[in-house]
Amino acid sequence: MRGERLVKLGAIAGGAALVVVLGFTMTDYHQYQGGIVAYYLIAILGLNILTGYTGQISLGNGAFMAVGGYTTAILCGHHGWPELATIPVAAAVAGAAGFLFGIPALRLAGPYLALATFAIAVAVPSLAKRFDHFTGGSSGITLPIHTGHYLYWASWICAGIGYVVAWLVLRGRTGRAFRAVRDSEVAAVSSGVNLASYKTLAFGISAAYAGVAGALLAIGAAYTNPDTFPVTLSLYLLIGAVVGGLGSLWGVIFGALFIEYLPIYAQKTYFGFAFSKQAPSVVYGLVLILIMLVAPTGIVGLARRLRRSI
Amino acid sequence: MQQFLQQVVSGLASGGVYASLALALVLIYRSTEVINFAQGEMATFTTYVAWQLIDWGVPFWVAFFATLAFAFVFGVAIERVVIRPFEHGPVLTVVIVTIGLLVLLNGLDGWIWGAEIKSFHSAFPTRPIDIGGVAFSLQDIGVIAVSLLAVFLLWLFFRYTKVGLAMRAAAVNPDSARLTGVRVGWMLALGWGLASMLGALSGLMIAPVVFLDPNMMQVVLIYAFAAAVLGGLQSPAGAVVGGLLLGVMLNLLGTYVHPVTPELRLPVALLVLLIVLLVKPSGLFGRAVVRKV
Amino acid sequence: MPLLELSDVEARYGPIVALQGVSLAVDEGQVVAVLGANGAGKTTTLRAVSGTVRKSGRIAFAGQELGRRGPEAVARLGVAHVPEGRGTFVELTVWENLRLGAYTRSRGADLKADLARMVDYFPWIEERRDQQAATLSGGEQQMLALARALMSRPRLLLLDEPSLGLAPLVTREIFRIVRELNEQEGLSVLVVEQNANLALDAAEHAYVLEVGRVALDGPSQELRSHPSVRKSYLGY
Repeated sequence: MRGERLVKLGAIAGGAALVVVLGFTMTDYHQYQGGIVAYYLIAILGLNILTGYTGQISLGNGAFMAVGGYTTAILCGHHGWPELATIPVAAAVAGAAGFLFGIPALRLAGPYLALATFAIAVAVPSLAKRFDHFTGGSSGITLPIHTGHYLYWASWICAGIGYVVAWLVLRGRTGRAFRAVRDSEVAAVSSGVNLASYKTLAFGISAAYAGVAGALLAIGAAYTNPDTFPVTLSLYLLIGAVVGGLGSLWGVIFGALFIEYLPIYAQKTYFGFAFSKQAPSVVYGLVLILIMLVAPTGIVGLARRLRRSI
Repeated sequence: MQQFLQQVVSGLASGGVYASLALALVLIYRSTEVINFAQGEMATFTTYVAWQLIDWGVPFWVAFFATLAFAFVFGVAIERVVIRPFEHGPVLTVVIVTIGLLVLLNGLDGWIWGAEIKSFHSAFPTRPIDIGGVAFSLQDIGVIAVSLLAVFLLWLFFRYTKVGLAMRAAAVNPDSARLTGVRVGWMLALGWGLASMLGALSGLMIAPVVFLDPNMMQVVLIYAFAAAVLGGLQSPAGAVVGGLLLGVMLNLLGTYVHPVTPELRLPVALLVLLIVLLVKPSGLFGRAVVRKV
Repeated sequence: MPLLELSDVEARYGPIVALQGVSLAVDEGQVVAVLGANGAGKTTTLRAVSGTVRKSGRIAFAGQELGRRGPEAVARLGVAHVPEGRGTFVELTVWENLRLGAYTRSRGADLKADLARMVDYFPWIEERRDQQAATLSGGEQQMLALARALMSRPRLLLLDEPSLGLAPLVTREIFRIVRELNEQEGLSVLVVEQNANLALDAAEHAYVLEVGRVALDGPSQELRSHPSVRKSYLGY
């Protein structure tokens, strides 16, 4: 047991060291990509807390990213706030939105919840266009441009904080309550867990994480408009969470790497066969289906099974 | 008054499109409790097939019916190949699989046919027709007629044919159905085939209006969900009524209530969806579902 | 050669072993009863025959090994299973339930004749034909389930606890009809029943199951006078 703990600590330390080293050695463009991985990581972490730990399926975390992203864009682009200062605000606003959504969402089970969150994700671009007074409509809002290096460090520091917070939240009473909700609502209720507040809390936390991710996305892209947060974003987040492994903090990094780098590799030319720009979607869809068939617990689950069989 | 009638008819036409897709969703939900998130993308895919046939010079109505036939086979194939392996697992897993299918088909559309918008030939002439002194769009009337005809044919099928009866039996009591010799698995596949046909119909009716692109049906899917939930996810009649009602309501809201601009139609439908889910999840026509504890 | 033969059949529900090696036989034209307490494995025995539950061991019907055939395939061979709880399609009408019973039969005019026959046996069907099956009483649903099974013109009828939840008068009527079908049409029946009295009256041969095994078997007359059967199942 102790050995396992040491390995885990070692992995974390090694990972952190790697992040630091890469932050000084990679090219600026690669650091930009690395920054994107980091904020996907944050978003998937949030989604994992909601779907992996409390078992509430959300197809709408992209919408919460939009809330955070637009908060940052409006504060920064329209009111001149410094970018990094907007991040906590984005988290708070998105978190509040998630919490508020979580209240009525209590009455929705499984597929119905998926349905409702999907509808929100689809509606976001339309809402952004409609309320152009705030959002700058179709022309969007521009923000100051920064280097990839800037995004990399901002994102990874936030990711680090996000991981620590998640770890603290999940190991305590809250985490146990979350897992109880997922595994058996009946058992949870009968053991005195106040279902409603924990479920709503999970939504709030998940949305706050998404908000941070959205804020970083806006900062990195230096631009937001209604098309910055399409439905597919929410779906890719779910795919990333499933690929990494729902209910596991370790898998999240794999999920994030997967959704960031797959399109890049999928769009190269292999042996003279050029994948189209649409190829990533096809691969994502295929991967999701195959994973549910072969390894529904994701990469982490697969690793666990391998370890057990050795 | 004239404008009101025109808007109602126009709303019924869009409603007919939503109703077809909503019916598809209900068909699948009734027999498997699965919400098929890929229904819209399946419809888009089959509409692209129609476009391709027409592009190759196939006469419109031949392409139309060929597409419906293709859609049927397509639906059956998807059920047997993609959904079947997950039949015995939790419903949520199947839902995630349909999400994967959604993403896959969406990408496939763009890969095969490109992401640029394409125009689509309408089944009906676009000129207006005069009824009782009011000018209505012939296209609208045509869409309403086709949608209602499809629903009627489906009703006949379920009510009076042996296979239709077997499908209903498989949906309400699969274990008993097996004991009477019904191959429940194939009945499910048939359901997906029919649902796919309805989706194709929906796509073929709306493509001339909104133009064909890979994301064409995403919004229609939400409207269809709202309609199906409004009518009651287990009720085919509810889905149809819900669809027509929603179409008319959105049109009238958009015309007469000024803060409601065209972009807000979707969020309004979303609001309807959410309100129904929260207040009466079983919908207008559904029976309350007792949650098994 | 018996119409139905089970040899050393085992069946389990997950970790629970329901049948631990059951062997029994039903001859053509025979009515055989399976008796036993709750949980003895009676229902599981029928399920094993109809293919509803996975089993190991041999089950042969009309000389054919049933193997791993599922319920749909077994039904097509001519086995009609009226399950515990009747399995009525409550959301469909009475008439639709009957039509479904004939699902495995090819199109033919004799379908109408058979429907008429069912009305003969159960006259109330005619006036209730378009009502939802859910509106029927327990006894009527049992009769409907029986009629549904008969519509497939089976060679073997599997009847699971027909008396469950029914008034004695109704139960007696059902058993009377079963005996009539057996005598007049040569229908073979394997009936599972907790009510040993009724079962031994209706059947020529009976098996007593205990904890998933055949504890006793023999002609009904013999079992009636057997001391342990009398004590445990007949109450005197």
